Amino acid sequence: MKYLPKALLLVAVLGLAACNNPDRYGAGGAGGLGGAGGIDSSGLGDAGNPRSVAYFQQTVGDRVLFPVDQSTLTAEARGILAQQATWLMTNADYAVIIEGHADEQGTREYNLALGARRASAVQDFLISQGVTASRMRTVSYGKERPIEVCSEEACYSRNRRAVTVLSAGAGA
Amino acid sequence: MNMLKTLGIAVLIAGGAVAAAFAQDGPLRIDITEGVIEPLPFAVPDFVAENGDAGEYAANISRVIASDLSGTGLFREIPASAHISSVTSFDAPVAYPDWKAINAQALITGSVSASGDRIVVKFRLYDVFSGQALGEGLQFAGTPSSWRRMAHKVADAAYARITGEGGYFDSRVVFVSESGPKNQRAKRLGVMDYDGAGLQYLTDSSSIVLAPRFSPDGGRVLFTSYASGFPEIYVMDVGSLQTRNLGQVPGTMTFAPRFAPNGRTVVFSLEQGGNSDIYTVDTESGQLTQLTNAPSIETAPSFSPDGSQIVFESDRSGNQQLYIMSAGGGEPARLSNGAGRYGTPVWSPRGDLIAFTKQNEGRFHIGVMRTDGSEERLLTASFLDEGPTWAPNGRVLMFTRQGAGAEGQPSLYSVDVSGRNLRQITTETPASDPAWSPLLE
Repeated sequence: MKYLPKALLLVAVLGLAACNNPDRYGAGGAGGLGGAGGIDSSGLGDAGNPRSVAYFQQTVGDRVLFPVDQSTLTAEARGILAQQATWLMTNADYAVIIEGHADEQGTREYNLALGARRASAVQDFLISQGVTASRMRTVSYGKERPIEVCSEEACYSRNRRAVTVLSAGAGA
Repeated sequence: MNMLKTLGIAVLIAGGAVAAAFAQDGPLRIDITEGVIEPLPFAVPDFVAENGDAGEYAANISRVIASDLSGTGLFREIPASAHISSVTSFDAPVAYPDWKAINAQALITGSVSASGDRIVVKFRLYDVFSGQALGEGLQFAGTPSSWRRMAHKVADAAYARITGEGGYFDSRVVFVSESGPKNQRAKRLGVMDYDGAGLQYLTDSSSIVLAPRFSPDGGRVLFTSYASGFPEIYVMDVGSLQTRNLGQVPGTMTFAPRFAPNGRTVVFSLEQGGNSDIYTVDTESGQLTQLTNAPSIETAPSFSPDGSQIVFESDRSGNQQLYIMSAGGGEPARLSNGAGRYGTPVWSPRGDLIAFTKQNEGRFHIGVMRTDGSEERLLTASFLDEGPTWAPNGRVLMFTRQGAGAEGQPSLYSVDVSGRNLRQITTETPASDPAWSPLLE
């Protein structure tokens, strides 16, 4: 986008009421599968194939959930992550990005930090299970990428999550 | 009157025809701290067009002035339909009885002349009931495209003379423009006049962008972007849109940046291994300095106006609370003590107050407290209010209010530091994360 010269600004001001063209701000947009990290998860494969990404997502389980304002792993989360670790060690050619997310009940900056804590808790657990640290990165989306949009605990509980996103080429 | 030597515009005292300097403690006075109940009635008849080309600006300028003043909640415009006399010449004597008769306590008159790429706006402010001018006449000259700014400058001058406080109308707001469904939001940076006019986009919506903040001179904007795939802080020159990454530390996330008053140092949060602490970076040398070192979340830092201290939030006590530390780091002192959680502290440009977001019993509030944590006052309450930013005069706060559920859109609101005059800012799209510029020069 180019800087608007001053002369054009006047036009922009006077034309404000008429500037409801959705194309002006509708272009692009981040987003993606799983946690919306803009990660290209093409080639999901057949969910029946235990080496496929689809199998990892659906059968192993690619995400764990957290209680309100917590980053401690629940017993259920540890169970899922132990299976993730086993799968990741069997399928060593995938790189991993762990996305941490928060629900909307919190300020933006705090939720970014909280999402990072969650992602890091998952990464630490996977490392403890034997997954090579250099295959993994974490990213926090805070409250920027909910998967459920209602403003009730039923949605919040699914948004407080860490998602293990696979991409090809771990270089492992 | 320093603030009026501006706009790339010449400011001149408009002639000797104006009455002598007016006593500041005259009757036409609003004391903002008193908590105004009854707005002061004023009239701003259409400015006189000195020539044909000025016609299109004359009425528009007076409308923007009226909107600025009425928008504060401190003033109430008496509409033109109630005016008894009209102003046909800028230098003609004021018909005080006609303005008294409709109870206009303040009268703003002005003129506009246009020639080529230059317009000249003159104005005078009158105290109708004492029958004299309040302060000297002023004139502004600039390009026609800056007519709105000239109107804001007139309104700032009138506001300042009547309230004794600095104005804030000739200012801009940088914010995040949002579109798309909540679970796949597209975000881009926009900048607009404080009243929502003159929108200009600074980025496209290809990456998530968060929480832009102006530099002390208004020329640059700090923000957080996912352009690399990971949250990192950037600085953009608003004029050229040139953008530079400030936060490239491998394996980390950087966020929540804010300038120090010196315009060179940036304070921000850096997350490593899941833990967020506060750092500064010198934007010229790149020198990185760690200010906090705790296993808790430390974020949302904001400098005091004198640059000596930093207020920030930390959950070291078990939940989010506000703390103040020296600008060089060191042991922080806890500031907030009420029920609930406190975040996003912002130091007032006057230095006297700290604004914050508070969460308590399922509601969000914008509040203010003194810099020793005393006299906490909550100004708003809703499902989700967050992220206050101060007007340049420290009298008004703008913030994000978001509704609940799939249809709940974020929008920008402002509120007086008194808690009065809650207003929504008109924006083209849903909007969040406002940050107010300094008064423009």
